[in-house]
Amino acid sequence: MSQLVQDFQSMLRIRRFEETVLESFSRGLFFGTTHTYLGQEAIAVGVLYHCSQEDIVVSNHRCHGHFLAYGGPMRSLAAELMGRSTGVCGGRGGSQHLTWNHFYSSGILGGTVPLGTGMAFAQRERGAGIVFVFLGDGALGEGVVYESLNMASLWRLPVLFVVENNKYAQTTPIEKNLAGGLRERFAAFSLPVEAVEGAELDAIRDASKYLINGIRSGSGPAALICSTYRFGPHSKGDDLRDPQEIARHRANDPLIRIRKDLPGETASRIQKVVDDEVRTAFEQAESDPMADPQSLTPPLEVLS
Amino acid sequence: MTTVLESLNQGLRSCLEESQEVYLLGEDILDPYGGAFKVTRGLSTSFPERVITTPISEAGFIGISTGMAVRGLRPVVEIMFGDFLTLAADQLVNYAAKLRWMSVDEVRVPLVVRTPMGGRRGYGPTHSQSLEKHFLGIPGLRVLALHHCLSPAETIRSAVLRDNDPVLFIEHKLSYGLDVWDEGSAGEFHIEQSAGLYPEVRITLAEAPQPLVTIAAYGYAVHLALEAVRELGYGHEVFAEVVAPTQLSPARTDGLAGHVRRTRRLVTVEEASGEFGWGTELIASLSLAGLDGFRVNRVAAMDMPIPASGPLEKAVLPQVEDIVSAVLDVC
Repeated sequence: MSQLVQDFQSMLRIRRFEETVLESFSRGLFFGTTHTYLGQEAIAVGVLYHCSQEDIVVSNHRCHGHFLAYGGPMRSLAAELMGRSTGVCGGRGGSQHLTWNHFYSSGILGGTVPLGTGMAFAQRERGAGIVFVFLGDGALGEGVVYESLNMASLWRLPVLFVVENNKYAQTTPIEKNLAGGLRERFAAFSLPVEAVEGAELDAIRDASKYLINGIRSGSGPAALICSTYRFGPHSKGDDLRDPQEIARHRANDPLIRIRKDLPGETASRIQKVVDDEVRTAFEQAESDPMADPQSLTPPLEVLS
Repeated sequence: MTTVLESLNQGLRSCLEESQEVYLLGEDILDPYGGAFKVTRGLSTSFPERVITTPISEAGFIGISTGMAVRGLRPVVEIMFGDFLTLAADQLVNYAAKLRWMSVDEVRVPLVVRTPMGGRRGYGPTHSQSLEKHFLGIPGLRVLALHHCLSPAETIRSAVLRDNDPVLFIEHKLSYGLDVWDEGSAGEFHIEQSAGLYPEVRITLAEAPQPLVTIAAYGYAVHLALEAVRELGYGHEVFAEVVAPTQLSPARTDGLAGHVRRTRRLVTVEEASGEFGWGTELIASLSLAGLDGFRVNRVAAMDMPIPASGPLEKAVLPQVEDIVSAVLDVC
């Protein structure tokens, strides 16, 4: 399969998964809430193209796209959202709290940044692998982010901070949230920074490759800032943005852009493969048993 | 004799010697300063690669240490004053304590956060508190408190080398200068130690009759309680035992319940303010365990911030005479 076809399929898998999540909510299939990755697919796919087996990914509340791009199993993710025993974390975590292989996500903004930075410390000590930390523009309001950037830079830790600037912190636009420049916030700690358009897969892949080469060669942390837009609401029913604004950004859909480069027949074939995969994953997850209260274990045992 | 401070320092040194995975992180912990209370003195000289000074970023470096622990290292963090723990509450409560359970035991977090708590040195409202009570009862976080009747070196070694879960390790500032007691050096006292990685000790006056009252205390309050036991025994002929857990949370009250079943009297002693505190939880647990009709009293700080001035601080924090009168009240 050509790279272009692979990329299209990877992005479409995320798109269809997230669309299905939003479509299925009204059926009462899920517990809690969710934060979809619609519109931001090219970032996860482009950045994690460079993720090797020994690398680590630390994600946030909007984690499904990162998880799928990392290679996480779709059925287990669907099952986790549905609170099934076969879920990624047996139904304990739900949409935001995933741990799988070297992938970790959690639900409170900012706190994942020191977590990932500490993992990079361990990677450096072992001489193996780097860490990808995904954060949004909203998380830049948390002070612990800057504490982490400072130490990551002081200790030259192998970590790439990927900022997905989707212009909104929940419902609040970035103009009301963030003073000064995005780039400057990283440059202040002497991190190399690349800024890219978040719908341009190749630009994302190239810029992250450049930064990752530096990180792998021991030059310390770096930041990739991606300008993007989420097509869906922050979670599910809380979208107050101007519909015209959304429509304008939808015209710059990364999926439409990549699809243009593919023969129509190929695109349709991939579309069908992905539709089938997503439908099957949700059907299987729905037929899986609910998580069993018997599976609950105490968080600490008595040590003898 | 070895002081608590020396014992802790030796314990940390032996951890660094025995495991390449042990790292110490904290503010101003490098030589020649060796930490605000000198617990890490000499260690950065011997282990320069693994003793790391940090910026003043408690949330950041507890979070970073959590990430290190998730990936197989054994970080030991020093928080200069326990009062500063609130800065890192999110990292402890929402990350360190939850990662193992959320991942169905896929992830382990062998992190130790050490910190000095307590007053009696005139440091005033923000450098004298015993904030550990706010970290008790957090599922997934173990809270330990050292005291001078159990080897601090062994206690810290257990937490650093043998515990694979996050530990908040409380050290009272005034404990540092006390001599460590064992059975041979406890003078007129007799010390018994329970089984387990984090034993509970029971201390009585040797040669005294069966105790009439059980005093539960941890940390430096163990020292105060023993002073009270001495005064009660010699001055009032009231004999008391002190039961001192090392593990505060999750609470394990089986041993204590056994003692109180016998004495029918319990006095809890803690240096934090009493409302919603450690003693309250012990009393509730014993009631729920089916003990009824036992008399209780609770000794704690007054419910207000801790003042700096000597006489004011003394009035707010529990003293030996408060323990003595609390015991006499239930006898």
